[in-house]
Amino acid sequence: MIEVRDLYKAFGEVRAVNGVSFTARDGEITGLLGPNGAGKTTTLRMLYTLMKPDAGQVLVDGVDAYTDALAVRRRLGVLPDARGLYKRLTAAENIDYFGKLHGMAPALLASRREALIDGLDMRDIASRRTEGFSQGQRVKTAIARALVHDPRNVLLDEPTNGLDVMATRAMRRFMRQLKDEGRCVLFSSHIMQEVAALCDRIVVIAHGRVVADETPAALLAQTGESSLEDAFVKIIGTDEGLAA
Amino acid sequence: MSAFTAVYWKEVRENLRDRRTLINALVTGPLLGPVMFIMLMNVTINREIAKADRPIAVPVIGAELAPNLIAALKSAGIDAQPALTDPENAVREQRTDIVVRISPDYAKAWNKGQTVQVELIYDSSRRDASTPVMRVRSVVESYGRREGAMRLIARGLSPTTAWPVQVAERDQATSQSRSGLMFSFLPYFFVLTVFLGGMYLAIDLTAGERERQSLEPLFVNPVPRWKILAGKLAAICTFSLVSLLLTVGAFMTAPWFIPTEKLGIALDLGWRFSGQVIVLMLPLILLLAALQSLVSAFAKSYREAQTYLSILMIIPILPSVLLSVIPVRAEPWMYAVPLLGQNLGIVQLLRGDGVPGWQLGFCLAGGFVASAVAVWAAAMLYRSERLAISG
Repeated sequence: MIEVRDLYKAFGEVRAVNGVSFTARDGEITGLLGPNGAGKTTTLRMLYTLMKPDAGQVLVDGVDAYTDALAVRRRLGVLPDARGLYKRLTAAENIDYFGKLHGMAPALLASRREALIDGLDMRDIASRRTEGFSQGQRVKTAIARALVHDPRNVLLDEPTNGLDVMATRAMRRFMRQLKDEGRCVLFSSHIMQEVAALCDRIVVIAHGRVVADETPAALLAQTGESSLEDAFVKIIGTDEGLAA
Repeated sequence: MSAFTAVYWKEVRENLRDRRTLINALVTGPLLGPVMFIMLMNVTINREIAKADRPIAVPVIGAELAPNLIAALKSAGIDAQPALTDPENAVREQRTDIVVRISPDYAKAWNKGQTVQVELIYDSSRRDASTPVMRVRSVVESYGRREGAMRLIARGLSPTTAWPVQVAERDQATSQSRSGLMFSFLPYFFVLTVFLGGMYLAIDLTAGERERQSLEPLFVNPVPRWKILAGKLAAICTFSLVSLLLTVGAFMTAPWFIPTEKLGIALDLGWRFSGQVIVLMLPLILLLAALQSLVSAFAKSYREAQTYLSILMIIPILPSVLLSVIPVRAEPWMYAVPLLGQNLGIVQLLRGDGVPGWQLGFCLAGGFVASAVAVWAAAMLYRSERLAISG
């Protein structure tokens, strides 16, 4: 479970995150929806301890992200906005590297790696060097290495960004599988359809603030609209920076 | 497996698969110095030898006035050529190295027993002309002394009356210390090799990771950043150490390719020399690795880092240049200055003087203190929030 309490982060004059609070529960998919530049990536970066908030608190399974950053990172599987691979290593070696950094025993690491390679349907690319991988193959590899240590909480920053239709469908299937395994899945997106199709709970962010935090049904009821798409536009006040 | 070894082995393995890094660290870097050194020495030595032995032709103005002097020159391998119309210009335009001008009243003065003038027209700023000039001058002077002695004897005086003081030179240079003078640029090759050996790795491990956007995912792992930095530094140091070992090994074979005995100098690049060079260079390996990482971490891209590092590469040349332009007496504190200390130490080894324990201690202490500061600075930079963000 991930609890975010009143986060603030400014870069000079720009207030990127301006009082964000929400909770992402285990066994649920929580979507962080907002236009480009709303503060989604900055919020996630504070969650996975890459940035220090100016104020506020992040708790992952009850552990404070700033008093014990290493423990929090151990409980998180993160697909950051930057998902560069080591191009002179094979996909499997990329996964192994992160497993070793987590201090996993070789036998456990091997079994976990093989399970992920099958689960993400990447057997055919596992022993190829990642140089020249397609966008979809790169994302698969990046997710596999992020989840190699079997984390309870999964953070995905725009996971379907740049993927084609087939790869996007596979990604959504995989996210549902993570949810069914009882994990806490939190992902960000600026694509309304995607959030509508996947989420148990939707956190809408605009201008660094949470403007809605509801189940899809409650959002419809609250706005009095019949489609989620219209509901989002109504909440945010504009459809600028969003994608259907 | 600890995080440190995981980072270390991954970086080593990944870079062993990179042809450019490998060629730089294991071929170009280590061999550049020795090959250039051997070629340079061979060219210099062969030129010197050729000039010393070969008969040379020198234009002489007024040769018919002094047949005995001309004969003396000829017996020393210096052939008189016909006169030139404008000797000063001929020398300036490098058409000839030296012109001898015998004054028109030579014969008259000679017969009266007066001093006669023989002019040597040359350009002292032309280094390649110095050997012929020296040869002509010494022949003319010894001819003059010989004739002077004859005159004294003819007048019933001992030749020693004319030379109350005699200079007796006692050069303390050994054949090895003379070679040290010639090889004073050698330390730079060692520093350059260490620099090149680690350079591509250092760029790849900081600026490269940032550019490829892999630094952010890496920092999300539950590993303190200083451990990641330590693993990376160790990988850089490994590559530059291997480079150094290869280049020292290559230099050990250099005496076989250089005809040093022809110049009467000794070149001792054996095991003792090599071992001491490696010990002297150890702090520089860490220092340069940390500096390179530091500089690369400031750069946003691979190319930018490459530009910065090319500028940084000039710094190691400074001590060598400084010492050859302003030859200073080595003060004790100089040994504690990184690069300068190594330079002094290696030149001393080449001269065959050896490096006493305290100098070695100063070198190592100064180098490692500087390395510690550089490593600390790099660690501070690694802690910054900005470092991981690629976009």
